Amino acid sequence: MVKYPKTIKGIKDGLAAGDFTAVELVESIYAYIDAVDGKVKAFLTLTKEQALEAARQADEIGYGPDAPLLNGVPFAAKDNVMTKDILTTCASKMLEDFKPTYDATVVKKLRAAGAILIGKVNLDEFAMGGSTENSYFHPTYNPWDLERTPGGSSGGSSAAVSSRQVPFALGTDTGGSIRQPAAFTGIVGFKPTYGAVSRYGVAAFASSLEQLGPLTLTVEDAAIVMDAISGPDEYDMTTLQEEITNHGEKIGQSIEGMRIAVPKEFVSDVITDDIRKALQEAIESFEEQGAIVEEVSMPNVTYGINAYYIISSAEASSNLQRYDGIRYGYRHPDAKTNEEVYTMSRSEGFGEEVQRRIMLGTYALSSEHYDLFYEKAARLRTLIIQDFKRVYEDYDVILSPTTTSSAYKLGGRVEDPVEMYMADILTVPVNLAGLPAIAFPAGFDKLGLPIGLQLIGKPLDEKTLIQVAHNYEVNNDYVLHEPEL
Amino acid sequence: MEREDVLKAAELAKLDYSKSDLREFEGVFQRIINLVEEFQKIDTEGIKPTFHGNNVMNVYREDVAVENPNYQDLLDNAPTVQDTFIQVPAIMETEED
Repeated sequence: MVKYPKTIKGIKDGLAAGDFTAVELVESIYAYIDAVDGKVKAFLTLTKEQALEAARQADEIGYGPDAPLLNGVPFAAKDNVMTKDILTTCASKMLEDFKPTYDATVVKKLRAAGAILIGKVNLDEFAMGGSTENSYFHPTYNPWDLERTPGGSSGGSSAAVSSRQVPFALGTDTGGSIRQPAAFTGIVGFKPTYGAVSRYGVAAFASSLEQLGPLTLTVEDAAIVMDAISGPDEYDMTTLQEEITNHGEKIGQSIEGMRIAVPKEFVSDVITDDIRKALQEAIESFEEQGAIVEEVSMPNVTYGINAYYIISSAEASSNLQRYDGIRYGYRHPDAKTNEEVYTMSRSEGFGEEVQRRIMLGTYALSSEHYDLFYEKAARLRTLIIQDFKRVYEDYDVILSPTTTSSAYKLGGRVEDPVEMYMADILTVPVNLAGLPAIAFPAGFDKLGLPIGLQLIGKPLDEKTLIQVAHNYEVNNDYVLHEPEL
Repeated sequence: MEREDVLKAAELAKLDYSKSDLREFEGVFQRIINLVEEFQKIDTEGIKPTFHGNNVMNVYREDVAVENPNYQDLLDNAPTVQDTFIQVPAIMETEED
């Protein structure tokens, strides 16, 4: 076993300096996973043989200046991302035994960049949920307090990174599912501009809202992964032709004169005092660095939740029609007619939350309710987009909390879906507007649980988000705190 | 919200609710509907709906056929296969059923 740095940057430097080989690194990582993942339960599938083979290849290519961007760097992928011939379950009974015949575009890109897949990590079933308790298999536990949730739906990703099992993990963010888990576990979570990263090979939940993105320990690491995974893709027609290269370009640049808006609707009574304090601390730090921080109003954002649950459920009801027990996935053994194949397989294969959302979506799209529900929600979406546009006429970025509280105890909310839904109030407007956003560590609450704040940017202004978040990172020591396992 | 609405949605969604599940489900469902209906108070007169994540529309490629040598892999994922077909139960109900 070898001692190794925990960040992507640290690992790249260590490999280049010859401190260790990728094979030694990967072996040490699996030994560490053996030691701690019994408690955290982030992983659903481990891919040790392939990882060691990829490590051997990385060592052969070497770590000179022309080496691929992430050569030798290990990572985990959320289990709703297709990995060829490797179990990809979406944490659902429906896909319990499913092995895709292809890699998602992002996985292809990461492999081409030399990154090494260590395994697949847990999520709420089909990415629907905020605690990873909706996983068909088992929950995942927050490394900071094993009785609490690591967030969701990318809870496996956040737990694997915050417990330092892997330096980065892929997550998906449809209504906050990268940012909230990052905030709950004290790490960085990055949601790109809609269309910046290909969704090809990601099991679709809400196609107009979701993006794939990295969870990392530092802001710079997130920028590196974004360089590897972003860009247009002929297999995903919603990807943007304008590509961002060198996401970290503005790291270290002064934020003097930068105009930061804090929407008062995001700082209302819904957030805890500890989070309010953390926000105040960040505002003071940015002001000290020369930024101008002002309160703004975005009157329509509080209805983001209502619009989000209608739109995302409607899209989900359509996207999940493909799981019909015919061509792949779970087929109920007692089904005797085709109709029974559909209904029995789906009723048995999908968990409660997934069925709830399919029902809500179907209801909202039915002819009697379409105008009042789906179309109304789509108009509300336009109003929210307009709120953001108005703010961005005078400001560069928006600062807000990511969550209304720190990580709650497992079993605390999963019984009440409505309470669970309300907790997304600070994250969903970003998805409705297709904007980039980053959750970053901002301290700890009275119980020692992590708090994460959020920066939201203009479309394709990822570089400014990274610049500002990095500025906060270097002006405190939160990134040095590790959970004890 | 009427029970018929829920049953109709279940039929469209190809989901099955036994009497007991249905009652429990209706309760939660009604609360979700109530939450969502709050937005009815907002005036959206004259506002165009947004249905997509961005403005990218109608992306074209050349109409050239491409071979897929791996179609056999796709059959590996099917529960019951015969030659190059996926086998399913009877599509139409007969007198015997």
